[in-house]
Formats: sequence, C-alpha cells, structure tokens
Amino acid sequence: MALNNIYNDILMEHNTHPDHKHKLSNASDCQTAINPQCESDAILVKKGINPSCGDEIVLEINVEDGIIKDVAFDGQGCAVSQASTDIMADLVIGKTIDEAIEFTDLFIKMVRGEETDEDKLEELDEALALKDIAHMPARVKCAVLAWHTLNQMLTDKQKN
Amino acid sequence: MNLYKNYFPIMRHNKSLAYLDNAATTQKPDMVIDAVAEYYKQENANPLRGLYELSQKATDAYENARKKIAKFINAQKEQEIIYTRNASESLNIVAFSLSDLVLQADDEILISIMEHHSNMIPWQQAAKRHHAKLVYLYPNEDGIITTDELTNKLSTKTKILSLTHVSNVLGAEQNIKELAAIAHANKTIVSVDGAQAIPHIKIDVQKLDCDFYSFSGHKMYAPMGIGVLYGKQEYLEKMPPFLTGGEMIDYVDEQTATYAELPYKFEAGTQNVGGAVGLSAAIDFMESVGYDTIIERETALGKLAGDELSKLPYVTIYGSKNPALHHGVIAFNIEGVHPHDVASLMDSGDVAIRGGHHCAQPLMRYLKCNFCCRASMAFYNDNEDIHQLIERVKYIRSYFHGA
Repeated sequence: MALNNIYNDILMEHNTHPDHKHKLSNASDCQTAINPQCESDAILVKKGINPSCGDEIVLEINVEDGIIKDVAFDGQGCAVSQASTDIMADLVIGKTIDEAIEFTDLFIKMVRGEETDEDKLEELDEALALKDIAHMPARVKCAVLAWHTLNQMLTDKQKN
Repeated sequence: MNLYKNYFPIMRHNKSLAYLDNAATTQKPDMVIDAVAEYYKQENANPLRGLYELSQKATDAYENARKKIAKFINAQKEQEIIYTRNASESLNIVAFSLSDLVLQADDEILISIMEHHSNMIPWQQAAKRHHAKLVYLYPNEDGIITTDELTNKLSTKTKILSLTHVSNVLGAEQNIKELAAIAHANKTIVSVDGAQAIPHIKIDVQKLDCDFYSFSGHKMYAPMGIGVLYGKQEYLEKMPPFLTGGEMIDYVDEQTATYAELPYKFEAGTQNVGGAVGLSAAIDFMESVGYDTIIERETALGKLAGDELSKLPYVTIYGSKNPALHHGVIAFNIEGVHPHDVASLMDSGDVAIRGGHHCAQPLMRYLKCNFCCRASMAFYNDNEDIHQLIERVKYIRSYFHGA
C-alpha cells in the first residue's frame, strides 16, 4: 500500500503545526499527570495511554451547557496519534456531548474497517484522511488513542 | 542473495526484504521446519506415558533433544534442562519457585535497569509476595554493569541476582562470570536471562557458573513456543513446582501429591515435543554454521550499520560507541520522527525493524528517550540489508523535515 495515503498532506500538516497542542488549565501539576485538582466544573482532564508503545496524551476539554467549547492536548506520540488528536479537536469543538460521542464511535469504526459507507464517513471531515489506517493494523491503536480517551471522558461525564 | 539467506524459505520468497528484527525473532531455516514436519509425520504421540512404539519414538525425540541442549550449553546433567515455552516462562519459574525457597521478609533481590519486563515484573511480584525489596543496578555509558556497581549494591540481605546477559536494547554483554563470582562470594544466587545472548555467543553454563540460565528457542532459529530453563540440580531439587498436573506428579491421593524427579517436576501437562525437535535441529543448524562465522558476520554487519548511522547528524545511537560491543543490536532515533512512524515508513521500503519501548520501559526512561527504533542483525543478513536500512533512514528524515 502506498504510504503517502497515510502520511498525506493533512496528517503531516496537523503533525507539524498542531493548533490544539497547548493547555487549558493553569495548574503546573497538570502537565504530566491527571490531578483531580486540575479539573474544574468546566474543564475535564484525562490521560490516554497506549500501553503497547508507551504513547501518552493528556486531553483537556472545556464543556459548558453540554457543548464542547474547547479541546487541548499535550504529550508524546507518533505523527499518526498527534495529528489524529489535533484533527479530532477541530471536529468536536462546538459540538454537543452526544454529537462528539457519535463522532468518536464513527471514527473508531472507520479505522477498524467496520464502517465504509462514504456518505456517513463524510461527516468526519478531515479525519477521513486517516481512513487508510485500516490497512495498517499495527497503527490503528495510534489513530484511536485520542478518540478512545475523549469517548471515555464524555461517557463518564454523561453518567455523572 | 547470500548463501546463508538461501537456507531460509522466507528470505527466498521475499528477496527484497531486509529483515532486521532478529532480536524479536529469527527466521527459521528449512532444516528446522523440515525436522518439525518429519516429527509430526513419523513420530508423533504423547511422550513419556504411552506403552507403545510410537509413544516411545516421541519420548526418544523429546529426550534426545534435551541431551543435545545440555551438551550445547555444557550443562553437567540433562536433568538440569527444563523445557518451557520461552525465556519469559523460564524467568517466571525462577522468580516464583526460587523466591518461595529462599526469600524472607526484608531480603533483597538485585536486577538491572536494563532488564526486559520478563525479568522485572516477576521479581516485582516476588518482592510483593515475600515483603522483600527490589534493588536496581545501573549500567555505565557502554551499558555495562561494573563490578563496583555490583559490590556497592550487594548486601547481606541480597539473596538473588537476576541479570540479562545481553541487553535487548543496548546489545551490551555483561561479564556474567566475573559478576557471578562476586555474587556467589556474597552467598547470592545468580539467574541469567540469556534470550539475547545465546543466538550470538557460545554459552557454557559451567564456565559462567550461573545458577540459572533462561533462553527462548525462537530467537535462535527454532520454532516459537519452546524455551529452556537451565538450573543447577541442587536448587531445582529443592524448589517447589511451578505448574502442576500431568507428568509432573509421582503419587497422588485425594489431598496430597508427591512430585516427579527432575526435570519432569517442572514440566506439567503434555509438552511441546515438536518444538523440542525443532530446537534440536536449530542447534544442529547453528553448529553447522559455527559460532565463529556467526560472530564474525554479525560483528561486521553491526560495525557497518553503526558507522553509517553515526555519519548522519540527526541520528542518535544508544549504548556503546563501539559497534563490536552491540551484538548486532542497534537502538537509535531519528531526530524529530517518532519510532512508530519510522517503522511504518521502513516497512514501505521493505525494511523490518522494531519501534517502541522494547519491553523495557524503565530502561527507556533511564536513557531519557521513552521510545526508540531498533535494528537487530543475524548472521544471514548482509551489507545490502544495511545499505537498504541507511537509505531508508535518509528518506524518512527528508520526508519529515525536507532534504
């Protein structure tokens, strides 16, 4: 498979110049670990870990009135995981919790090759650039790290 | 294609492949694959228990392989050779059974920061079970545990030293003979993880004078699923069994059991006879090539790869500056490119390497790199494989950062 299907312009751009790689919360403790004190009513923080490769991201989201106002991330990872996180942030900002959960479900299905309906996948916008990861099973976990983490955060938020 | 690659069907079928992930597993030569197939075609039955000719053939195949392994590593007795699935299982047996035999609360276990998780987590668990302390040795810049470091960390409470012979990341070889002598003078039992050593170095367990030596078959041209634990009889006899059931029993009543003699005490359930036959054939294969040839070729390949990578200013190599001290293992990073992206882009150029933490997360943190790429050579690799690797490194760097 041609690798530039994966390492395409969209992915390389988000990897080199991520718009959302910064912090929402101010506490310095929040840089490396989850600290409940970093969380306020509005800002949620969660660490996502990929145990097989050691990639780590810390995802922060600001939710007000059920709407995702902002998303930021920090951490180390490959181009696939970093770009995927930045693309996800672009996609879910301004969306409701329910909509964002649907996006994460759809994205995870796409990269696992379980959803191939082009019309449905159009909703994912730039995240479509990661579609061919489905042909690289070893890298699927890199692409889904942020989406899994966000999905867990939002599902937990709904439960509470 | 060089004549050695020709022994390997995978190489014959993938002529453009530069397989440089031999520290993960080696490819298998025809000799090994055929020996396993012949066993299943001609001699397969459940060994040790059957009262008929075919079962006797299987038993002979199984025990002859054990004799060959004992001779290969110069064990005193074949009873000291325990079959396992792999080095990880061997190391778990030592950590589980030996710690039950010798560890008391507040005792110390000594391992190095370079250990594979398989020689680390079992000891973390053993330390927890026995309320003992896990103490770490740290290497010098060449990846070597010095005698000073060992002497400083040994105490009257150190009951066990478990150390890798060759690091799976740095390729550094520890002077086991020297370290074991110091440990023994302290009445410390010595266990060695030989998984990355035995493919590259002639092992003589009596000369090393270690008490336990663990290795996998699949990293030395044998099938996956067969490994070996060598242990000195004096310890194996006193240690409690690890897994129970099957041929490892002697007499069983409703509430109690007595256990079989060595080595069967540690071999519960039906064993991997096909794997043992494959390991025996792999030993024949390695002996027909010869360790002299293996070492000569791997040293030359390591030197070429080390020299070429060192010329690239954006490449960092971990461990010794002397490629001869790497045993064909070169851990490196390309500045600004994550190892997973490197490995994927290598793959698209038919170069197989590993990228990640190499099952050695504490070592990665000690090296302050978290992840790295690893190219690992076997004697069947050649200069073309190395050139293919180097060209790909240059391509990947320019892909991410421009020429």
